[in-house]
Amino acid sequence: MSSRRIAAISGLLLVALSAGASPAWAQKGPIKIGFLTQMTGGGAAVGKDMSNGFMMSLEEIGSQIAGRKVQAIIEDTQGDPAQALTRLRKLVESDQVHAVAGIFLANEGYALAPKVDEYGIPTVWAVVSADDLTQRKPTKWAVRTGWTSSQPNHPFGEYVTKTLGYKRIVTIAMDYAFGWEQVGGFQRTFEENGGQIVQKLWPPLGTTDFGPFLAQIKRDADAVFAVMVAASALRFPKQYQDAGLKARLPLIGGGTSFDEFVLPSLGDEAIGAISPLIYSAAIDTPMNRRFVKEFRTKYGKVPGYYGEASYSAGRWIAEAAKAVGGGVEGKEKFLSALKKVELPDAPRGPIKLDAYGNPIQNIYVRKVEKKDGELWNTVIHTFPNVSQFWNYKPEVFLKQPVYDRNYPACKYC
Amino acid sequence: MKLALLPIIRAAVPAMIFFLLLVAPPFLSSFLLTLVTQALIYAIVAMSLDIILGYTGLASLGHAAYFGLGAYSVGILATRYGAGFGITLPAGVFLALAVAAIFGLVALRATGVYFLMITLALGMVVWGLAHRWVTVTQGDNGISAIPRPDLGLPWSLALSIPFYYFALAGFFIAFWILRTIVRSPFGQTLVGIRESESRMRTLGYHVWLHKYIGFVIAGGVAGFAGVLWAYYNGFVSPVELQLATSVEVLLMVALGGRATLIGPALGAAIIVFLKNLVSVYTHRWLLILGAVYILTIVYAPEGILGAIKWRPKKVKPKTVGVEDLTEGEIGGSV
Repeated sequence: MSSRRIAAISGLLLVALSAGASPAWAQKGPIKIGFLTQMTGGGAAVGKDMSNGFMMSLEEIGSQIAGRKVQAIIEDTQGDPAQALTRLRKLVESDQVHAVAGIFLANEGYALAPKVDEYGIPTVWAVVSADDLTQRKPTKWAVRTGWTSSQPNHPFGEYVTKTLGYKRIVTIAMDYAFGWEQVGGFQRTFEENGGQIVQKLWPPLGTTDFGPFLAQIKRDADAVFAVMVAASALRFPKQYQDAGLKARLPLIGGGTSFDEFVLPSLGDEAIGAISPLIYSAAIDTPMNRRFVKEFRTKYGKVPGYYGEASYSAGRWIAEAAKAVGGGVEGKEKFLSALKKVELPDAPRGPIKLDAYGNPIQNIYVRKVEKKDGELWNTVIHTFPNVSQFWNYKPEVFLKQPVYDRNYPACKYC
Repeated sequence: MKLALLPIIRAAVPAMIFFLLLVAPPFLSSFLLTLVTQALIYAIVAMSLDIILGYTGLASLGHAAYFGLGAYSVGILATRYGAGFGITLPAGVFLALAVAAIFGLVALRATGVYFLMITLALGMVVWGLAHRWVTVTQGDNGISAIPRPDLGLPWSLALSIPFYYFALAGFFIAFWILRTIVRSPFGQTLVGIRESESRMRTLGYHVWLHKYIGFVIAGGVAGFAGVLWAYYNGFVSPVELQLATSVEVLLMVALGGRATLIGPALGAAIIVFLKNLVSVYTHRWLLILGAVYILTIVYAPEGILGAIKWRPKKVKPKTVGVEDLTEGEIGGSV
């Protein structure tokens, strides 16, 4: 049975249970939320974590907000921006949802953004982290509850020079916007604090054999900063170790290289890797311990940031809907409520939005360690309340181009 | 009796379909209408591929490249230079034609599986360009916020019904062009080449040139569809050019019926609707799509239209006339 079907049925059951509970909105039907993610193809496992996290947030509140039942409609984007657009059309025109959430890939986000504004549909970017969605090309009708790709790497660049003491670093990152923005953010603060990026390697997206790239790595560096995703993240650490590099050059990286999504499939080769992200399943707060336990009981795995981000997005929407007393039909009011929400107790820690609609949140520096036979991202340092602009003035920050393959330029290569 | 009625049915069915397409919009929900629009645009690509796959017998795995080139022309010209339809349309079609003209020189050295592999590789070249030439194409992020064209009509194409008629007009034009081509002596020569290249050569036809021209025309028409597609979505990304898109178009042609023109259009419609309507009910929709393909290959290897189409028993090759070879095989079926 599809999760959509489950959602529909659980929604119906709730209607039966709550019949007559709140006549105010009864005639208007349920609050409908469309959730867009990838359910088939390469990113299907991520999509599953996302929809699980999102559904969990709704189940916790009994799929009910301000006396109105909530109906989630999960749609499959297939990882294709054109298909994501078609699904958005369906959600808005055919299902007439009141809000849209989700989205995994940057190109899906960029494809949907103009359409979101055209429809005027309140939207929550849960996972998609393309910098410009809340920087140079902001969407009027959307807020982001996830992160920007460069956000964790600004503080991390500083941490690596000051605390870890590495001065010369080789970067190896997937050759697309997500990789560029992570490396760009890292390079900027790293070099401003006296570090030097001495080499930048860009394996194409989907690379699984890193042999040719590992052979090129300059051996006189202090460490290697890797940005991997999905299948590449699974294979890279092992090949890095097999190439005899682990003993010589410590491996650090972008958060997705070692997040909880890939950790269970990694072996001891990942131990010791240090990376920053907005979340770690090992965050030691009562809220997160509860979240991890429940997620694990329900779905049989430790939540990664995809699950957490989608869960928090669900709670975000619920808070906003509560703030307008369930009157989500008033779109303008609903949108401004979405912009005002603050979650002091999300699993990842407190979240509130900046003026550009991106979260100000903690960034965790995490180290992969083995506990009870499992790999965990132990938090070794926390940067509290980090904005997407780090310590820079937003106006100044926005004047420079978005990070890409050649920006910032590699001065020390 | 049956024989006498058939031409009428053959003429009546497409006429009815066209009539339905003309009057349908007010009866469809806006979402269904966008799906039909999508199907019409994909139908153009599928029909253009039919020229090389169905009529000439060359399976290409790089057809999405021309589709994408058309779409990217619009994306780049409209967002960077604010170019209108009067510029983007010729630019998109011309770029697709030009690239097809270059690629054709390379690809048509080979036939069969080698042709397949070369077209695949060339398609990947264009995909790689879209992916990596970030300053122009914005890479993986794609080009967004492409405005709908302003044709100076009283109806804004930003609305779904006027845009539907816009796409429908494009579909009719493409269909008319392609049908004229396949019915022309040129088109019949292509069929002759498909059936026996050596025989056509012996008869004095310039086989390579015919294939080349067919290949270039198909590329141009796919580019035209790409132009419409970019306006339809307001967005273009390397996904439009990737191998999966080429394969999907190939399947549309195979599913609907090769060398029928209307068959690939039907195949396009079926796949677009399967993708979008079945997936509403189950996330396992790919299984269903797979089953449809397998059933088609097993029970209707000539595609849906091929299965229902009345065709005369193969004419015994008693003589070597071209007319004999092409009888009952060509566009007359439409």
